[in-house]
Amino acid sequence: MSTQTAHDTRPAARAASGDVLHVTGLTVEYGTDGDPVRACTDVTFTLRRGEILGVAGESGSGKSTLITALTRLQRPPAATTAGSIVFHPRDGGPAVDLVTASPRTLRALRWTSLSIVLQSAMDALNPVMRLGAQFADVLRTHDRTLDRKAAWARAAELLTTVGISGDRVRSYPHELSGGMRQRAGIALALACGPELVVMDEPTTAVDVVMQRQILAQVLRLRRTLGFAVVFVTHDLSLLLELADRIAIMYAGRIVELGTAQELYDAPRHPYTRGLRDSFPPLRAPLWRLTGIPGTPPDLRRPPSGCPFHPRCPQRFAGCDTHLPVLGEAGGAHLVACRLDDGDAAATGTERTTDGGDR
Amino acid sequence: MRRWGFLLRRLGFYAAAAAAAVVLNFLLPRLMPGDPSSAIVEELQRVSGQQVPPETLESIRAIFGDPDQNLGEQFVGYLGQLARFDLGVSVVNFPVPVSELVLQALPWTLLLVGSTTVLAFVLGTGLGVVAGWKAGSRLDSVLTPLTAFLSSVPYFWVALLALWVFGFVLGWFPLSGGYDANLAEGFNLPFLGSVLHYGALPAATIVFSAFGGWLLGMRNMTVTTVREDYVLLAQAKGLSRGRVILRYAARNAMLPSFTGFAMALGGVIGGALLTETVFSYPGIGYLLFESLNKRDYPMMQGVFLIVTLATLLANLLADSLYVVLDPRIREQG
Repeated sequence: MSTQTAHDTRPAARAASGDVLHVTGLTVEYGTDGDPVRACTDVTFTLRRGEILGVAGESGSGKSTLITALTRLQRPPAATTAGSIVFHPRDGGPAVDLVTASPRTLRALRWTSLSIVLQSAMDALNPVMRLGAQFADVLRTHDRTLDRKAAWARAAELLTTVGISGDRVRSYPHELSGGMRQRAGIALALACGPELVVMDEPTTAVDVVMQRQILAQVLRLRRTLGFAVVFVTHDLSLLLELADRIAIMYAGRIVELGTAQELYDAPRHPYTRGLRDSFPPLRAPLWRLTGIPGTPPDLRRPPSGCPFHPRCPQRFAGCDTHLPVLGEAGGAHLVACRLDDGDAAATGTERTTDGGDR
Repeated sequence: MRRWGFLLRRLGFYAAAAAAAVVLNFLLPRLMPGDPSSAIVEELQRVSGQQVPPETLESIRAIFGDPDQNLGEQFVGYLGQLARFDLGVSVVNFPVPVSELVLQALPWTLLLVGSTTVLAFVLGTGLGVVAGWKAGSRLDSVLTPLTAFLSSVPYFWVALLALWVFGFVLGWFPLSGGYDANLAEGFNLPFLGSVLHYGALPAATIVFSAFGGWLLGMRNMTVTTVREDYVLLAQAKGLSRGRVILRYAARNAMLPSFTGFAMALGGVIGGALLTETVFSYPGIGYLLFESLNKRDYPMMQGVFLIVTLATLLANLLADSLYVVLDPRIREQG
């Protein structure tokens, strides 16, 4: 196995033992022949151990593409054409670049190190298998010593950790409610004690009350089990409460990356500001919802320069020719916007705090 | 618990259907003009050129039924006959009972059509999974159009061509029959060898014509099933490829095919009329073909009844198995 692992030699990757994932320059294209569409371009971020990283963006911003690329589940015509996803195991084993890892190496990492919760739990569970069997097969694949009975017992135990009665292992997916299925999906993701769980909008299909419950459970389980989460959603307000750090995606690029607090209090990219101002705050005085005029760009013909410039309320000369790069300004709060290049004066938050209007 | 309720309801339905089949099978020939007794009497008069003596008329009516008898009485008599598995006497092969002829033909049909139906299903479904799992691959882009073309060739043409090429021109296989008539029937090696030799060509033509449908159906279902999230999740779980394909993709993609397979099994008893006719194979299909040609009413009636009941039985079996295969069905009536 070690023959196939790519040892990362970059100094940054070596130094950071507290990191679980280094994503560098990740680029994913659809349709490699002829004229490919870039759904993810030059995506770079670091995920710390036990951290929740939120990824937010509109439909078509490349969120889902990022998920399948990170978990190496993409199918043709999607293909990773550049970049690396370096995974650092907790036990100090050699780092693995998931992009170049062999299928064998990947399969060994799957679920034991890297698992996923899919958006719709309705469709994510096999309709003709009992719940317990869907836990047991993954448990026994990664632990050959486990016998059938022990695997089913472990499945019941896992279900109780997300508040589902253990005797439900005998149920088929269609016999569970939507919320139960989604929680079962989370319990399933944690079955083999992964270090990283990728969650693809796991609460979109359930009502708000269930959403609260599930998120509280995710936070509680992360405290006790210490896994890191990449949480992808279009719902920035949810991330502001849940995530430690948030990456904002636009047209396949990360345009801003900072702590949840930073993004809430002082978003520096005009797009982030637009997103934040598109929904009502949960625990703050109301302000006027403004939204973002225009539509996301057609990735087959991306705009020149900054991809957001056609919709940007603060664009200025040069935005349509010069592509800003994330992190040029330095610091921990990264942003890809020319407003930020040196002249920070223009980044004042334009909140219209006249909630009394309504 | 729920499963048993479901089965009981199905059983009730099938009992009702079987009763209806028996009534129809009794009624239809009697509603048609003419009856076996009158037909025989007329035939006798035509051949001999004189009146049939009353005692002959009596015995003919005793065997083939009296057309003047009350319908209710006839039905009671018919039910009594059925209970004794007495399907009447064949007119053409007089005086051999229909039940005996059916029992003679049944093993041949079960052997030939039964085994080829299963074989075609297994082969087609297996290849369909392979083609659908990697849709657009070289195998898929050759196999799928080729199969679509081959399965659209009319069966009788395939059978005649095979018979002409392999039986007549090349002489590899016998031209007709189910076994070598010079050998003693029974469980001895030469006889069983001749059964295989005689059956190979008709079996091959059936499989050739039938597997394409299974392949195309399964391939298309697999293509859609592979895109399901639970298959993606199975891959994310790091399960072996074989397990993902069999337990997650094929297991679900097979459900619609399975219904078709159960129907096909029900049709097995009816025999493959074209196959058995082209190859003069001594099965139920050939029996039916002969009785149709020679207007052997009791024979036809007997075969129809057996085929109807067998189809119902196969469907009941399929329904019950489907409950096991798809847990979601148990909720519905």
